[in-house]
Amino acid sequence: MFSPARSWREFPQRYRLEAARCTVCGKIHYPPRLVCSACRGRTFETVAMPREGAVVTFTTIHVPPKGFTEQSPLDIAIVELANGVRVMVQVADLPEADELRIGDPVRLEFRRICDDGEAGLIFYGHKAVRAR
Amino acid sequence: MSVGIVGYGAFIPRRRIKLEEIAKVWGADAASYRRGLQLHEKSVPGKDEDTITMSVEAARRALVRAGDLDPAAIGAVYVGSESHPYAVKPSGTVVAEALGITPQVHVADLEFACKAGTEGMFLAQALVKAGEVEYALGIGADTSQGAPGDALEYSAAAGAAAYLFGGDSDRILAEVVATYSWTTDTPDFWRRAYMHYPRHGSRFTGEPAYFRHIMSSAQGIMDKTGLKPQEFAHAIFHQPNGKFPIRVGKRLGFTTAQLETGWLSPWLGNTYSGASPMGLTAVLDIARPGDLVLITSFGSGAGSDSFVLRVTERISEVQDVAPITRVQLDNDKIYVDYGTYAKLRGKIRMGE
Repeated sequence: MFSPARSWREFPQRYRLEAARCTVCGKIHYPPRLVCSACRGRTFETVAMPREGAVVTFTTIHVPPKGFTEQSPLDIAIVELANGVRVMVQVADLPEADELRIGDPVRLEFRRICDDGEAGLIFYGHKAVRAR
Repeated sequence: MSVGIVGYGAFIPRRRIKLEEIAKVWGADAASYRRGLQLHEKSVPGKDEDTITMSVEAARRALVRAGDLDPAAIGAVYVGSESHPYAVKPSGTVVAEALGITPQVHVADLEFACKAGTEGMFLAQALVKAGEVEYALGIGADTSQGAPGDALEYSAAAGAAAYLFGGDSDRILAEVVATYSWTTDTPDFWRRAYMHYPRHGSRFTGEPAYFRHIMSSAQGIMDKTGLKPQEFAHAIFHQPNGKFPIRVGKRLGFTTAQLETGWLSPWLGNTYSGASPMGLTAVLDIARPGDLVLITSFGSGAGSDSFVLRVTERISEVQDVAPITRVQLDNDKIYVDYGTYAKLRGKIRMGE
């Protein structure tokens, strides 16, 4: 996961929340795919996703994987964005997990996701924060 | 051609640490720091917040206030900070990529202690004025560190402000009337390569550095424009603590009423490159058409950039369309203890 090339390929979806909308059936895929899961269409147009949504469900990981250990406990949520697309994201700025409720409005904010050690690359993307 | 700010935005992390919490760890007298520096608490960045993330969020807010604008029309992006996440690899490329401004854009990271933010603003407005670019973005952001137990630890905070400059008169919300810079070689504060914390000249950072440069720069721009202190609705001076900006403002002939709107440091701390630019966002949040505003930054090393701005009719349309600075400062705070703060700021040596 700490490949510079792979992270670079993912910048459009991670930095700008760009999704792929199937030009045949209109299904929006995030992250983008090569083949539409609904109609097997292979042509897509790029659409930017909204940054506002609501929590569908969430969990707390107490033993996070390498690269995330300093962020323990790690709160993860499935968020339904305003366009109906569901994304799995970390939840930031949550001092206590019980502050979060299903249905809570959230918005996606640009944050550091993890890094490849002190000398390695820093990976950026979006996390959900409670809408203020 | 008239050039001005067409969009602005600020970002303040939610976490705070109180001055007492720091003082008790080092056996210091919190009351005397509170009195001496006029500081109550400061912002603390989360483990996932840095100069790049705060710059992106502040700039998104500036774009919202700029109205319906194609990011590709932005021809320059400057990120001023003394805490760029990488020693080599620009912050500005991440910011420009995230905002959809790449690839036809001039990008640079700037560094000049606490005035790198106004440097970016200075360059951005100058490029627009020269007709080189249609719009230009100048950002000041920092997650600065003071050495544990040092006086700077009570103030070094995190935050960002972004300004989009343009020349289209129907979009300008504050016109740039004049700029002025005053710079000398004054070694009041520095950080050598590979060093984690800066060093400073203690009281030498005051009179010969902060006060001399700000007084000269602010007086210089008033002489240049023929304006007097009483003609300004608001004035913002670099705010390394609560005390200095009010003192320098009074010495220049400004009143508390002119100074208090942009005075965030007692509750925010010193956001370094973000400090005076964030004060300006708080002023623009409540400014009225016709208001004249003076902003003078200060960066150790040392120099001061001054801008005189004239607020336009458009200001009232944009104030409420993105987060207000004071609202971010006063609400939804998460207080952390010193242990959590030390962890978040990377002050704890970890095992391999």
